[in-house]
Amino acid sequence: MTAATNRRQWTQRIGFASLALATVLTVIPIVLVVGIILVRGASAINLEFLTAPPSDGMKAGGIMPAIVGTFLLALGTAIASVPFGIGAAIYLAEYASENRWTRAIRIAIINLAGIPSIVYGLFGLGLFVLFLQFGTSIVAGALTLAIMTLPVIISTSEEAIRSVPQSFRAVSISLGGTQWQTIRRIVLPQALPGILTGVILGLERAVGETAVILFTAAAFFLPSLPNSPFDATMALPYHLFVISTQVPGMPIQIQYGTAAVLLIFVLIMNLIATVIRSRARARRQW
Amino acid sequence: MTSPKISVRDVSLRYSDGKESLRHINLEIERNAITVLFGPAGGGKSSLLRTINRLNDLTDVDHLSGEIWLDGENILDPEIDLIALRRKVGMVFARPVVLPMSIRENLTYGLELAGEKNDATKDRAVESSLKAAALWEEVADRLDDPAISLSGGQQQRLCIARVLALEPEVIMLDEPTSGLDPISTGKVEGTLQELKDRYTILLVPHSVQQAARTADHAAFILEGELIEFTAGKKIFTRPRDQRTEDYIEGRFG
Repeated sequence: MTAATNRRQWTQRIGFASLALATVLTVIPIVLVVGIILVRGASAINLEFLTAPPSDGMKAGGIMPAIVGTFLLALGTAIASVPFGIGAAIYLAEYASENRWTRAIRIAIINLAGIPSIVYGLFGLGLFVLFLQFGTSIVAGALTLAIMTLPVIISTSEEAIRSVPQSFRAVSISLGGTQWQTIRRIVLPQALPGILTGVILGLERAVGETAVILFTAAAFFLPSLPNSPFDATMALPYHLFVISTQVPGMPIQIQYGTAAVLLIFVLIMNLIATVIRSRARARRQW
Repeated sequence: MTSPKISVRDVSLRYSDGKESLRHINLEIERNAITVLFGPAGGGKSSLLRTINRLNDLTDVDHLSGEIWLDGENILDPEIDLIALRRKVGMVFARPVVLPMSIRENLTYGLELAGEKNDATKDRAVESSLKAAALWEEVADRLDDPAISLSGGQQQRLCIARVLALEPEVIMLDEPTSGLDPISTGKVEGTLQELKDRYTILLVPHSVQQAARTADHAAFILEGELIEFTAGKKIFTRPRDQRTEDYIEGRFG
């Protein structure tokens, strides 16, 4: 082997090694965060922690109202964002022609995704809480979170709809289908797994969001569950913020437990999205 | 000679990207016969087919002029019922595109779009269209299997059957055997010969040999122009135009 080939071999080996190192370095923090929180939080999580409200100035008891609140906020966000998000995605992918208007809409959607969540929070406070007089409430929070979630849902759904082969559309139209029949009977069923994945990823963002609900939905402490959509609610991310910074002498156990529950919430959503995706891939006929 | 099923009169077409076009095409397509459109790729054969069932409406067309008469109706008229037209003029594409559903559902899809709900009617259509496409024997016992599980040749015959299930009057096939092995190709060609008694068939073949094998009438299309059209197979043995002769003898294209 000549010296030149030898050197090229070594360059290649060093290259591969640094890429592998970069990959490992990115994974380490994720593993540590998840690992530490789950291990430390595990001892706090028991039936009482999950089913009882906080007591003794939050230093004891459980986090049930925050769990229920986060669930309700996610549900409300889904109800408000999914129909509009999927509708907009269908329009952009199937009906809208490429012109200045649709390009402007697309740029707007991309930019909406980049707006800091605190700005959404203030917007929701101004529009829903104060101007429309919904008050600090689940409705105001869910609507604000929905606006924040929409860009994710629209862009992933549009992507999923566009990935359905064009030939299916041509066949359906050539068999006498209208454009809407083609969308409803061929395109949407085939795009559904991708759309669901996008919806779940979008909702995941809403579930973990703190700044938005701080302004629009969250209460510091509520002795009971909300009775109506116009009531304020406790929620996991905000509760975590409160017990970590606002309550002196807070047992660290409860803080880790709360973080673990929030994390498990998100991990379960991720798991569902992954299962949907892999099952759809296995069954896909194109 | 009876009146033609389709008359194409002075049809010109240009796409907005300027890629492929048709220039002043005039063509009469006879009923109960196979009319073959052959010529080099990109010459406008597919464009002509896609104009006849108005599938080009989905594409960016810059300019379209002329008339296409089908049974006394100008189908380029913007007011025409496109759904009815596409049921009357069925289309089979170059690559077999089976819809992501079962064999049976592929066949009943078009009927269901048209509002057919009667199961007995659908079952009859499934059986008769599969028999007409010479596929019944091979799939009768697995109609509920995914259509994608069929071989390439079977898929293409399923696509033909899917068109037949709608009881069209004209069947257009755009290089229907381009991805098939010789045995499957033979089966598809045999099917077409049987079908021509009942339908008007318009075929873009994937080779000159196939054109010569299948044609009752043939048109040579080059760069958007119809160079030569003859009744019968004369064009393959005694072409009048030098360009036709060059193409048939493999000197270009």
